[in-house]
Parts: sequence; C-alpha cells; structure tokens
Amino acid sequence: MEGIFKINGEDKKFFFNSRAILLDVLRENGYTEVKDGCREGECGACVVILDGKLVNSCQVFAASAIGKDIKTVKGLGDIHSPHLIQTAFVESGAVQCGFCTPGMVLAAYHLLKQNSDPTEDEIKRALDGNLCRCTGYVKIIDAVKMAAKKMRKNG
Amino acid sequence: MDKYLNIGKSVKKIDATSLVTGAEKFTSDFKFENTLYIVILYSPHSHAEIMNIDTTKAENIEGVVDILHYKNVPRVLHTTAGQGYPEPSPYDTYLFDKKVRFVGDRVALVAANTKEAAVQAKDKIKVDYKVLTPLYNPEKAMENSAQQIHEDDEYAKIPVKYRPDINLAAEVEITLGDIKKGFQKADFIEEHIYRTQYASHCAIEPHAAASFFDERGRLVIISSTQVPFHVRRIVSSVLSIPAGMIRVIKPRIGGGFGGKQEVFLEPLVSLVTWRNKRPAKIILSRKEVFVSSRTRHPTRIRMKTGVENDGTITSLEMDGLMNAGAYGSHSLTVLSNIGAKVLPIFNKIENIHFIGRSVYTNLPIGGAYRGYGATQGYFAFNQHMDIIARKTNQDILEFFKRWHIQEGETSNVFKALGEGKEGVDQIIKSCKLDECIDRGAAAINWYNKRGKRIKSGKDRVKGVGMAVAMQGSGIPKIDMGSASMKMNEDGSFNLLVGATDLGTGSDTILAQIASEVLRIPVEKIIILSSDTDLTPFDVGAYASSTTYVSGSAVEKCARKIAEQIINVASNILKSKKENLLLDMGKVIDIRDKKAVSFEEISLYSLYEQDQFQIQSQASHVSSESPPPFIAQFVEVEVDIKTGRIYVIKFVSAVDCGQPIHPKLVEGQVEGSVVNGISYALWEDYLFDSKGRMTNNRFWDYKIYTATDIPEIETIVVSSYEETGPFGAKSVGEIAINGPAPAIANAIYDATGVRLFDIPFTPEKVYKKIKEAGRT
Repeated sequence: MEGIFKINGEDKKFFFNSRAILLDVLRENGYTEVKDGCREGECGACVVILDGKLVNSCQVFAASAIGKDIKTVKGLGDIHSPHLIQTAFVESGAVQCGFCTPGMVLAAYHLLKQNSDPTEDEIKRALDGNLCRCTGYVKIIDAVKMAAKKMRKNG
Repeated sequence: MDKYLNIGKSVKKIDATSLVTGAEKFTSDFKFENTLYIVILYSPHSHAEIMNIDTTKAENIEGVVDILHYKNVPRVLHTTAGQGYPEPSPYDTYLFDKKVRFVGDRVALVAANTKEAAVQAKDKIKVDYKVLTPLYNPEKAMENSAQQIHEDDEYAKIPVKYRPDINLAAEVEITLGDIKKGFQKADFIEEHIYRTQYASHCAIEPHAAASFFDERGRLVIISSTQVPFHVRRIVSSVLSIPAGMIRVIKPRIGGGFGGKQEVFLEPLVSLVTWRNKRPAKIILSRKEVFVSSRTRHPTRIRMKTGVENDGTITSLEMDGLMNAGAYGSHSLTVLSNIGAKVLPIFNKIENIHFIGRSVYTNLPIGGAYRGYGATQGYFAFNQHMDIIARKTNQDILEFFKRWHIQEGETSNVFKALGEGKEGVDQIIKSCKLDECIDRGAAAINWYNKRGKRIKSGKDRVKGVGMAVAMQGSGIPKIDMGSASMKMNEDGSFNLLVGATDLGTGSDTILAQIASEVLRIPVEKIIILSSDTDLTPFDVGAYASSTTYVSGSAVEKCARKIAEQIINVASNILKSKKENLLLDMGKVIDIRDKKAVSFEEISLYSLYEQDQFQIQSQASHVSSESPPPFIAQFVEVEVDIKTGRIYVIKFVSAVDCGQPIHPKLVEGQVEGSVVNGISYALWEDYLFDSKGRMTNNRFWDYKIYTATDIPEIETIVVSSYEETGPFGAKSVGEIAINGPAPAIANAIYDATGVRLFDIPFTPEKVYKKIKEAGRT
C-alpha cells in the first residue's frame, strides 16, 4: 500500500506492506536516526513524536500513521544548528554510544513541551520508557535539567 | 596555572553532536543494493545430534538464495572469542556443527532477498534431531556419569589444560606459600560459598554485521564489533580468505560491554557474500542477543580463610567453578581473572591457593562482560572480608586500609597468575585507595549510619555497606595499540588509530592526548579509528586497555610529530632546537620570542625546502598493567515485610590515575554502577526444565531505567600513574565490581542476614529474613 506522511515538516510518500510497522518504514526510507533496539516496545530507541504524542514506532502500524505528523530527532536540529536540548545533551556528557540518544532527546523534548520546569522526578518519569546501558542516566537527567533552564531563558 | 591544555578537561566529545542529531551511522543503518538478508535457525534442543537437514521446502520459498548448515560450510575449528593470537580460548566451535549444545545454538542460516522470505524459509527447514541427555548443572559437569558435550579432537591453541572428555573447558591453579600451615596457624576458619548468575550486556544496539564486495572484489565487513582486527584475522582463518582481501570497518557502535568482543556473525555474512557475490546483512533480534550471543559467566566461588583473632588472614583459598555454557569463549581468561584481579589487592596474605575450573554445560555461552571475572571474584571477596571484619570486631574501613596493596608494593599473584597463563611482575606505582575509602565514607556519612539499623518506616530499616576493587589497564606484554599521524597545511592533524570507540569516548580521549603533546586545541585533531585498511593495528576495546595502551601509542606518535615540527621550525627560525617550544599552534623561540605558526611549518615542509610530510607512527605494548582502585559505598533500605531492597545512595571514589576527560570518567563509573545495581537486584536468566531461557525480552529481563536509579555520587580522586599517558590508568570496567557485594553487605548491616547469591530478589531476601526470625 502507499501513504503520505508528514515527516519533520515535509510530505513524504512511501510504499509499504500493509502489515509493516512504522519503525521499518521509516528506516527503510532513510530515517535511520530512528533506532531499532528491541522491537517490543520496551527500549524506547525507536520513539518518534506522532501527532504530538511520544510513541514507540515499533508498536505502530505504518498504515495507521498515514497522514499524520511525525517528528524524529532530525526534525529538532542538525549538526549545523542543533536544538537546545541536543546541545544540552552534548554539554552534559549525556551522550556515550548515542544509540538511545535520539529517543532520549525526543522524550525530553516531549516533556519540556508540556512542562517547562520539571522536577527531577518528573524528568525521570518522562525518560522511563527509554533504556540506556552506558550512562546510568545521571548525565541524561542533568542534560534535561540544563535544557529546561536554557529553554526557559530563551522563552 | 593549569599545566595541561586539554588533559583533565571535559572537552566536547567528538561525535556527540553528530550522534545527538541522528547523523551518525551504526551498522544496521548502512544500506546496500541487492542485499541478502540473513536469519538463523536455532536449536530447540539443549543437546542433540543432527541426523539430517532437509532444506528442499525452504529452498522453494520465493526469494531464498542460499541456505547454509553443517553439510555445506567449511569445517574449521575456531574460537569466537575476539582475543589476541593465539587465543587463550579453546578451539571448540564450527560455523555450523552436526551437534547442537544449547537451546539457541545455531543450526542453519537462510539468506534471502527479503527478511520475510528468510524467516518463512527458516521455518520450513526440516531437521531430524537425535536428542541427547542435557547437562545443566555445572557442579555435575565433571562427574563420571556426566554427558560429554564437546568432542575429543577439539583443542586449546596454547599449552593449557583442556579436557573436553570431562567437560573441562579450562583450569587454572596457583599455590603461594604453605596453605596448610596457614590454616593451622589460624584461630578460626571462615568458609562460604558465593554464587553469581547469568547476565546479558544489554547494549541497546543489537549485534549486527554486513558485508559486500568492493569495486575491486575485496570483501568489506561492517560490524558492531569491539575487535575489528581480530574480526579480520578470524574471518580470514575460518573462511580461508587472505587477510589482505578483507577490510573491516567499525562504524559507530551502540555499546559493547564485552558482548561485542566476539566474532560470530562476521564469518556468516562474509560467507554469504563470498558464495553469492552479493551484499549480506544480519541484525540480531533482542531475543537472539539474550539467548544466542554471549553472557556473563555464572560462577560458584568458595572462599576459605584461616583467620587470627586480630583479623590477620593466615591462609586464603579461593575455589572458583565457572559455567562456561555450551562453548568455551573466554572461559580460561575470565576464570583466571576471578583470582588474578582480586587476590593481589590483599598482598600481605602469604599463603594462597587459587583453583578455578570452567565447565561446559548445555546452557547459553559465557563471554567477556565488563569486569571480566573480577566482578564475580569481588562479590565473594568483599562479602567475605566484611564477615571477617565483623567477626574480629574490626572497623571494615580500617581493615581494608591495613591489608590492601600500597604504592611501592607488589603481590606474588601478579607474576603467578595472568590471563590464562603466568602473569607479569609489577610494582604498584599509584594507589590512592586509602583516600578513596576516606572520601567515599564521608560522602555516604558512614560512621553515622553503619550498624545503626535506622528505622525509616514501620517495616523499613536502613543499612550501609561497602566494597573495594582493583582492575587492570590492558593485558601486559600482550595488548598492543598503534597510531599514525600526519600534518595538514592548516596545522591540523589526521590521527589514525586502530583503537575502537564503542561509545566510551575513546576517539575523544585519544585526540586529547595527541593535542596535549602538540599543545593545540582538540579541534585540530581529525581522528579516524578502526578501519583495517586505513588505520594501524590495535587489539581493540577490551581489558580496560584503550586509554592506557592505545593512549600511550598516540602519545609516542605525537611526540615524534612534535620533534619533526621542531626540526622544521629550527630551520625556518634559524634557532637552536633546545630553545624552541610548542605553544597553541606555534613554535616559539624562548629567547627572542620569534615564532612560526604550524601552518607556515606545514606549508614549508610540503612545498618549500627539503620537502617531506610531517608524519609518524608508533606502537605501544605495556610491560605492566597498573590497576585503578575503587571504594564503593551504598545505603539501602530493606522492606522486611516484602524483602524488597531500595538503594538510596551509591558513592564511588575511584583512583584511575589522571582523568583525561572527567565527564567521560564519571560516565564510565555511573554506567557501571547502574548496570551493577541492576545486576545485583534484578537481572538473571530463567530457564525451564528443557534449558530454554524463559525471560528473553526486556519485558521479563528488567534492567534499570531512569526512575530506578538512586542518588549517585562519583568522586575522582587525584592520582598520577607514571607509566600511563599523562598519568592515566583505566576506568572502563572497575566500577561494576562493587555494587553487588556492597549491597549484600548493606543488607546485612540493615537486617543481619547474608545473601550469598545474586540477584537479591525480594523472594530471596524475604526468605532469609524470615528464616532469621526478623520479620
């Protein structure tokens, strides 16, 4: 089947199997920043923001996402102009292997959209769906705090 | 004034911005036209002989291109352990064998135009098995009646004891002093058995490998590996392809922790590409990673000590039984490390006996895992010492300070026991363990909490515990790293290293070392790592070696570059070399302050006179392996009604020599600590009666998330290791050793019950508390 998706602000038309999951369709079409870590909705490496909601793209049929607005980590910023949250991750030392990072950044973005001044507990809960084995989460939590502060300052 | 420009500074991690914006590529992100997708058929039996494989039906599935199994692959015994040559692990593995040895052992692979076709075909392969008696209990593996798992023609590549006829994958034994006499001298004997369990590395990136022929017909392998050069060597030998025909590229890696120090997918993709002249790719599912990749070896460690009433240990016997699982990958060296990384820390004990045995079972395969035997050994050691200190009424902190190895001292164990063979004598040149103990204790508020059993709720009580550890920095006289460098006309430098950045940040650290020598900003170093065609050799990322061993190669290489720069500058400035200094991209004559920029020097050397490119290379192998030291402290709260353990605060104070990059040091410690706590409380492999792992997904094998972590504090104690690059030692593994024993000791402190086996699940804790009548 085919469908048009609005990905990072651009309309994209893809052909795919009717049973294909969104994760595979995105990755097959070059959105490899969406990572595949477990395919069972547990690790959070594949999260995208789908019509404003943070979802594991491995748990979504691509067919059900047709016409919807999808944001990946590349939709926030790129190497030339990274988003404040991305810069905060870099500055806090929150990036080790970087495989969980796109998901973590999106989880942080989703949180800070709704809550510009989260408590540490709120940050932890917002990141609860994203596994990381490198950092022990300490510096990721620091990064979200730093990002929140920077974003508040920038209004 | 700070003497360093870049060392000790948390400079921007070189790949951080590209990773955080999703621009970097990991193995599975590479796409090739006309790729063959590989899936593997695994054994449903834990022990069976394959009587026949019929692939007719599978071949008829549209899109299926190749099916490989024991009948049509090269039959070459090898080890999948990605170690230096000759590998200390036994040669006990074929690509596909006629026998399967655990549920999850590989039987066949299907390569097809689509993954769907491959999966469909895999299920159509008909395999006739003759089921054999399985062996699950490592304690029974060496009994006469035990089923033999491996064949008599398998062998060890180095002269060590290897006896497949009695399921013995490895054995090591050392005796120092007179153990018997020591026990006789003792006032009492303290003996306990400690057990550790299976665990998965859980790198968030599953193992993956891809291969293709380049334009000139050479085989290119892209792999999520910790050991690209070992991959090239092992693929070359198993498939009889000259190493010069193979190029291995390591892209970004999504975590390794030892799990990717294993060469088991690369030969498969390579063979499919070789036979079919098409790109091939395999990406393991999470379930496959759990069951069919590698694990932390489970162990049973018996510690027996003769103790005098003042706490003097007169004799120490450590008897380790390690479950190798179905194949002997790392079974000798992890085993050796149970003793080799643990026993030297108490170097004043004169009478020591260490015996270790690794045995085959029909369960998943053990392998390298951060800590590498030291984690298992320190679990036993630190609880045992806590028990002794309590029995002899000693302050555990003072007890450790009295007995642990100090600067200027050695241990007989260093020489007697290495990784699988004799070790290397060394004198400790840096050890700030006393300071680690003091600062860690202060941070946890030790003396106000120890032994106080503070009630924190109706059914809750608090306790504190601690543990010490040392590790190594590379394998002495074995691990080798190399670097090469060249200067560009703008005063930037290409730094090429074989060293393998798995996400640890080693690319950044090596660039810091090079830039420090040349006194330039880190941004002037353009690093490229781990490409067997482009970069020089390195054994890879394991044994806590990269900063210390590869870093020393980089330092040497950069010093040669500095010398060449000075030579050219002395020609340009007409100055004496001894008056010249490197400073922020310039060479300055300290007498007349005349200066010439790196840019001018480079242009001059490339174009003007006596032209040559400023370039160099260096290798480094260390004759010693200076251990980092750590003291770790934990405060726990025990719910005595449910047995649940809540970790409240965890403190690590570490001596890793001069930290090259403090944030990355903290990151290594924090990551290790959280993995270690998760291992201590939750992680375990559960098997049914048929040897099948029943919790092979993240839903059932829980690892810590952000909401689970306690308050974590990391103290980097100032230290300097004279043999290391800018004073550095290692830090990648050490901090995973303390959480399990420290938590066990804290549970005892809170409740008076001892947990001798990990993980400390609520069921186990509750049962112990109930037995002790403390509910």
